[in-house]
Amino acid sequence: MRDPLAGSSRVLETIDERLKRCGISRRTFLRFCSSLMIAAPFGLAITNMKTPEAVAQVLGKVIRPPVIWLEFQDCTGCTETLLRTSHPGVDDLILNIISLEYHETLMAGAGTQAEAALAQAMHDYAGKYVCVVEGSIPTRDKGVYMKLAGRPATEVLADVAGKAAAVIAIGSCASWGGIPSADPNPTGAVGVADLLPQKTIVNIPGCPPNPYTLLGVVLQFAESGTLPELDAERRPKFAFDRNIHDQCPRRAHFDAGRFVKQYGDQGHREGWCLYKMGCKGPDTHAGCSTRHFNEIPDVWPIGIGAPCVGCTEKSIAFRVPMFQTVKIHEVTPPDTYAPIYAPQGSISPVATGVAGLIGGALIGAGLMASRKLGSADDTESESKPKKE
Amino acid sequence: MNAESRPQPLGGAVFTRPVLVLAVFAGIAGLLIVWRFIVGLGASTALNDGYPWGLWIAFDVVTGTALSCGGYSVALLVYILNRGKYHPLIRPALVTSAFGYTIAGLSVVVDIGRPWIAYKLPFFWHWNLNSVLLEVSLCIMTYTVVLWLELSPAFLEWARTSTYSLFRRVGDTGLPVANKSLLWLIALGMLLPTMHQSSLGSLLLLSGPRLHPLWNTTLLPLLFLISCIAMGFGAVVMEGGLSSKFLGRKFETDMLAGLGFAMLPLIGVYLGLRLIDLGIRGQLGALFAFDHYSVMSVIELALFVAAGVLLATDRRRHNAGNLFRAAMLLVLAGALYRFDVFLVAFQPGPNWSYFPSVTEILITSGLVAGELAGYIVLIKLFPIMAGEPQAAAA
Repeated sequence: MRDPLAGSSRVLETIDERLKRCGISRRTFLRFCSSLMIAAPFGLAITNMKTPEAVAQVLGKVIRPPVIWLEFQDCTGCTETLLRTSHPGVDDLILNIISLEYHETLMAGAGTQAEAALAQAMHDYAGKYVCVVEGSIPTRDKGVYMKLAGRPATEVLADVAGKAAAVIAIGSCASWGGIPSADPNPTGAVGVADLLPQKTIVNIPGCPPNPYTLLGVVLQFAESGTLPELDAERRPKFAFDRNIHDQCPRRAHFDAGRFVKQYGDQGHREGWCLYKMGCKGPDTHAGCSTRHFNEIPDVWPIGIGAPCVGCTEKSIAFRVPMFQTVKIHEVTPPDTYAPIYAPQGSISPVATGVAGLIGGALIGAGLMASRKLGSADDTESESKPKKE
Repeated sequence: MNAESRPQPLGGAVFTRPVLVLAVFAGIAGLLIVWRFIVGLGASTALNDGYPWGLWIAFDVVTGTALSCGGYSVALLVYILNRGKYHPLIRPALVTSAFGYTIAGLSVVVDIGRPWIAYKLPFFWHWNLNSVLLEVSLCIMTYTVVLWLELSPAFLEWARTSTYSLFRRVGDTGLPVANKSLLWLIALGMLLPTMHQSSLGSLLLLSGPRLHPLWNTTLLPLLFLISCIAMGFGAVVMEGGLSSKFLGRKFETDMLAGLGFAMLPLIGVYLGLRLIDLGIRGQLGALFAFDHYSVMSVIELALFVAAGVLLATDRRRHNAGNLFRAAMLLVLAGALYRFDVFLVAFQPGPNWSYFPSVTEILITSGLVAGELAGYIVLIKLFPIMAGEPQAAAA
């Protein structure tokens, strides 16, 4: 019934039109809308709605945004995490919600065919498409360290992103360089924002980031043409306003002073705080501690016993050594802890002294009496015959 | 009882210096008791919600009545085991018992939180029949009366020789009645301590897991009963020693050595039960945990063993000093056992602590001082102590 491979149109169409053309029933669509409400409850514009019908009404009118996905110096991890979304599944996402025009990992075409697709999409949707960038861009030596169809990455980026309506930098590499930019940064890797400072750019850092953040940004842009509110690092606030440490499930152990000292030690097995293992949670802003990956509870670094590396912070991941502890700015664990029980009752030193004196006097008197008795016994037995 | 050993008043000056000193202490205690009733328990004692029972219960009531079991223990010997030769010991023992129980009752009134409803106790329609405390309080109350009634012949005998005709008449009419009813009083005097001395152990049994495993056994009532009988003998021996020392009485070595012999099986049975019980409950290891619980119980057991060792042979029992020391150790052992159960083994929670306040200590020691003074006065005025053969001849 559903044919996701039904030919893609070269004109912009709404999600409704697309679904109708592909023969997807309204029921299937409503089910999809419900799944959006359930699985992506973090500030997505569409899930302000209270019923699947309301979501469907808004979503149905959304024009599927054409997306061009560029990959530079990356590990494809961000794509991998996107492939593991289930609500909606990646097929729904790239085929029905957005119109993925170019993606080196996911597309069937290669070589000239792929280049042609890129050129076609840029031409057809100029100024309307969303450019997603994955991976950092090498700048040293005129960008020779990374080439696409003979052109350096810098040139491709300037070209594709230049004609885009919005640029989304996914992952830490695209946001500000990531791993390739770590010291000594042999390729001179930088993020998108470093090269295109004037462009509207949304950074979704993370290594990898939570795919639902990307979904939320794309859907909001498609629906209203706006981008979510950003912070100073151009990160969408809805996903990056929370401090890992403040929302950490292991926070109680931090407050109680129970720390993992070594991997595999008692505390590590008991799930204690990883702060002393170099956890960057106190300095890191991301939703990881509350929105775990793959919709499976505890699937995030700290949840599986690995300290947070601060991948969503420009100044931390790949900059600060892994086991170096960060400074605690707000609450530090106290040196001593208030007892669980408040002490009740007191012991007066005077009373102890008096008790000791009386007890000692009694025992002493008893011993003296017994000694005198002993001697009296002897004298008595001697004097007895005299008396009688 | 032959004519020579008929009890006689000691005579002599009543208000000697020791009596006056003791009376001063008792007076201080009296003032402090008044103060306690004015300011309340919280202000005058170290008692708290975790340890509502402190020194007054652990010493005055529990240890005090066990020390006052002299009358009970000797009566067991004389009337149950039919050892008539110990009869002269009964009256002095009864006097200490009567004083000890009176003090225990008084302490309870001082100790209870709402003394103004204590008047309800004798009336059965106020009773909670499921309460161990009710049994203890009724028994102690009744037994105190019984003790004084058991002593009444001594007072009536004295009244008969009084210079006042009214006293003489009371003595003449009362004495035959008292002597006739003595049998029943003695029977009651056997029954009541058996009941409440074991119930004193049951009291802490009710505290369940708050009692440390070293002491927490269903044998508590039996252990309390056995040790109180032994302590009664110990107290009688100590009394004999002290009165021979300070009142110029003869130390009845033979008779008291007999009591020493009677202590031996009690110590043996007590220690046996204690250890077998610990073994059965798998708590022998706790004896060697070297925390303060194990240290206290080892000291306690060592005191019992030491008393037993000092009493082991006939020769040792006939050495007055040695016998006195053994009795002292035994009394200490029994007292420590009671303190351990009521204050050390009892753990209301890790946040609670208790040590008696100066007020509590002074009231307790004042009451004991009053008891001693009363004892001295009583034996000087009334026919309590068995007359010495020489005195009778003179």
